[in-house]
Amino acid sequence: MHRQKTNIEDEQQSRLGTLERHLLNDFQHGLPLVPRPFAALAEKLGTTEDDVIETLKILQVQGYVSRVGAVFRANTIGASTLAAMAVPEDKLESVAGLVSSYTEVNHNYQREHHFNLWFVVTAADETTLHAVLQDIEQQTGLAVLYLPMLEDFHIDLGFELQWT
Amino acid sequence: MKVQTTVTKPHVPIVLDELDVALIAEIQTGLPLTPNPYAEIGQRIGLSEAAVIERLQRLLQAGAIKRLGVVVRHHEIGYRANAMTVWNIPDEKISELGECMGGFEFVTLCYRRPRRLPDWPYNLFTMVHGRDRDEVLTNISHMAERCGLASIQYEVLFSKRRFKQRGAIYTSSRESKRLSQRS
Repeated sequence: MHRQKTNIEDEQQSRLGTLERHLLNDFQHGLPLVPRPFAALAEKLGTTEDDVIETLKILQVQGYVSRVGAVFRANTIGASTLAAMAVPEDKLESVAGLVSSYTEVNHNYQREHHFNLWFVVTAADETTLHAVLQDIEQQTGLAVLYLPMLEDFHIDLGFELQWT
Repeated sequence: MKVQTTVTKPHVPIVLDELDVALIAEIQTGLPLTPNPYAEIGQRIGLSEAAVIERLQRLLQAGAIKRLGVVVRHHEIGYRANAMTVWNIPDEKISELGECMGGFEFVTLCYRRPRRLPDWPYNLFTMVHGRDRDEVLTNISHMAERCGLASIQYEVLFSKRRFKQRGAIYTSSRESKRLSQRS
């Protein structure tokens, strides 16, 4: 792993205590597979299981933590793909709204490019996935670039945060 | 510097049984924040705590689960800029360069995808994060230098607006039906 640490903005730093920072940084992978994993974390951090659980809940409510759990390899279950569209500027808002309205769409971003709308479609199976893409093409009259993952080169060990 | 890891084996196909699928479905939105999360998950799907732990261990070893832990939201934590950086890599070099690029801390995705000629010549996608635009660009240069990408055609697609972001939910067949009714 190539390391290049990044400093966190002062604003974030001042709002987060030592326990919060350790919980955000130190356990992005390797959550212990033991009956009481949060007690194991607490022991490493010199605090109580309750404190760890409550702090994680707060970090989740504050939006710093998405979840405590697994990051799955893409396409391990179900089917998913990245897709892109070149949407005229004046239609972007409405097309983006339509795309976001599908429960199968979980990420939807505007990016700076001729292909300016990028989204991820995740479904139970390939048939549903293609139905969603076709539906979007029919509703918008615009072509969708279908870009499924072919190979994953990423070793995911989380993301090291550095607190200044 | 590369760290030795046995966490992922990206190229091995993984066979999942019904209970694995049920387990994955149950934990996809996160483990319960309670003292015995594995026992609680097990109760919901009819597995013992030990069986849940054993299956999670196996899914990790097989690479179906890339990591188990605290999943942070980059934007909220201060990494406000990200750029999908796309590369046109000669097919015969894609494994070597993909593995090099996928090993950087600031890269959170590194996927090979199909080219769509003539509109889209790029076959390798990396998601590069940073606190701001400049840091993202510095990270990209750093990566290009370390992996020897000087002659590779690429583009940097900064995100401008986030319309939607949440974890993937593998929808049930009931929800899929709604789609066909709508169209």
